[in-house]
Amino acid sequence: MLRYFLLRVSSSLFALLIITMIVFSLSQLSGSPVDALLPDDATQEQIDMFISEWGLDQPLWKQYVTFLGNAVQGDFGISLKWPGESAMGFVLDRMPATLKLGGLSILITVVIALPLGIAAAVYKGSMIDKFAQGFALMGQSMPNFWLGIVLIWVFSVWLGWLPTSGIGTFAHLILPAIAIAWFQISALARLTRSAMLEVLDAEYIKLARVKGVSEWAVVFKHALRNAAVVPLTYFGILAASILTGSVVIESVYSYPGMGWVAIEAIRGRDFPVVQAVIIAYAVIYMLSNLFVDLLYVVVNPRIRHG
Amino acid sequence: MVELSSPAQTGPSLWRRLRKLPLLPIVVLLTVFIIPAFFAEWIALHDPYVPNLRARLQPPVGFGGTWEYPLGTDRLGRDIYSRIVHGAWYVLAVSMIGIAVGVVIGTTLGLIAGYVRGWFDGLVMRLVDISLALPAMLLALALAAAIGASFLSVVIVVGFALWAYFARQVRAEVLLLRNADFVARSMVAGSSHTRILFRHILPNVTNTIVVLATLQVGIAIMLDASLSFLGIGIPRPTPTWGLLVSDGRDFIATDWWIAFFPGLAIMLTVLSVNMIGDWLRDTLDPRLRQV
Repeated sequence: MLRYFLLRVSSSLFALLIITMIVFSLSQLSGSPVDALLPDDATQEQIDMFISEWGLDQPLWKQYVTFLGNAVQGDFGISLKWPGESAMGFVLDRMPATLKLGGLSILITVVIALPLGIAAAVYKGSMIDKFAQGFALMGQSMPNFWLGIVLIWVFSVWLGWLPTSGIGTFAHLILPAIAIAWFQISALARLTRSAMLEVLDAEYIKLARVKGVSEWAVVFKHALRNAAVVPLTYFGILAASILTGSVVIESVYSYPGMGWVAIEAIRGRDFPVVQAVIIAYAVIYMLSNLFVDLLYVVVNPRIRHG
Repeated sequence: MVELSSPAQTGPSLWRRLRKLPLLPIVVLLTVFIIPAFFAEWIALHDPYVPNLRARLQPPVGFGGTWEYPLGTDRLGRDIYSRIVHGAWYVLAVSMIGIAVGVVIGTTLGLIAGYVRGWFDGLVMRLVDISLALPAMLLALALAAAIGASFLSVVIVVGFALWAYFARQVRAEVLLLRNADFVARSMVAGSSHTRILFRHILPNVTNTIVVLATLQVGIAIMLDASLSFLGIGIPRPTPTWGLLVSDGRDFIATDWWIAFFPGLAIMLTVLSVNMIGDWLRDTLDPRLRQV
């Protein structure tokens, strides 16, 4: 098990390394990093200082090593758009807002999708199954930014129940979290349904029924525990989708988290902040994937003893 | 030897499945997406780019508007319907070219990796893992910041987001196929590796590629729409659908039709593409259900 875990950690680190290379080479692609990273009205003195600080007169591989060394310490330079802020510091300031939103989305997803998927499988062919399947099809076809706008239209403008945008109270979180969760609910419900259907068809379930185990115990003790492995693997993908969703939805709701910062930084050509936000997202993403791997080991004994 | 009778080859049941052609999704897809994409010039009512300030903010038909502007106009007086129709081509082009890039790269690498095995296989599979582990949105952000958003950058992002799925699936099938009877016979008969790969193995994975590609169309359209909504897709003034929704976002309280109809077009297109993809998978390659 330790070997499995170390393998996962090292491959995550490797992927992170690749991301730093991509981010680094993109700063080269954009022409001279001096143009990308310094404001247009920088003085010659500032440019010279910048060149020696980042070693831009050095060969490319040395520049990358410098970049990597600074990146490991969280140093991506100073923000251009928000003066006086260090790029990574600014991003880290916004991280709790995004994590809160993402956490609530995951909670909503799990609380709705799992019961829906289980009920659809147990009562296969019933109204609830048809509803779940219809919802899954619709949910996966609806652009989340459009859903976000429609939710504002209905719940903020029309009914006046919830704020249209911004941050502050719990009420501000509800609409964006639903907009992010919508797609995930349909995906996870669909996956749970098919996993449960497969397990409910297995011999040991039939045996349990023949033995007279109550239907409740069959579903929740015998079937669910075995079916849980499949939805769990989805949580890795879930983390990525929530991340992508947060970029789009934070922009819809002007919710000042990391995703909002990313888009604003690109609009303002604030390259240090863009680099910092990409690396920060990548780290969150890798960590959540590692966490899922661990959970997976706990649930699936074949790996635990392998 | 590996048994290779795929359910797709069993005669009568294929026909039975073909008869269950999903007609409604096909009609919706043609009306909302395909016909507008190819015949925009003929079916659009107005110029999608030229403002007409005398026709500002006309509501759609049924909400006080006229058939002159069936889906209403935006705050510059441009016809929403004509803008959606003209945008369809760009949505189609970006998603198709992006998928094509993904298919070509993924299939080529998957074919070779599965066939030659060894270190090359290891390298490709490692790249697949990394690519699947990197959310496409991060690459989109980085590209937009570095070289600016363009048609090309969107194609790169879509291709990057999808190639690994093709590489993984094709490789897995090639691993099975290379042990099959007919491949062994062909080798004994002295066929070259290229011939075996492209004449014997490739035709056997085309079903998989077609099904997988169809299932990815919805993802590609959605990705393109998200990027243009964020302003990191095809730049203005091209009326891509995501951009049209973005144009109307601040006016949802008063002039809801500006954002509503382009979003509806995205949803109907992706919905019908997904339904057709599901049907195609069940018909040609039911094993892909897990993918």
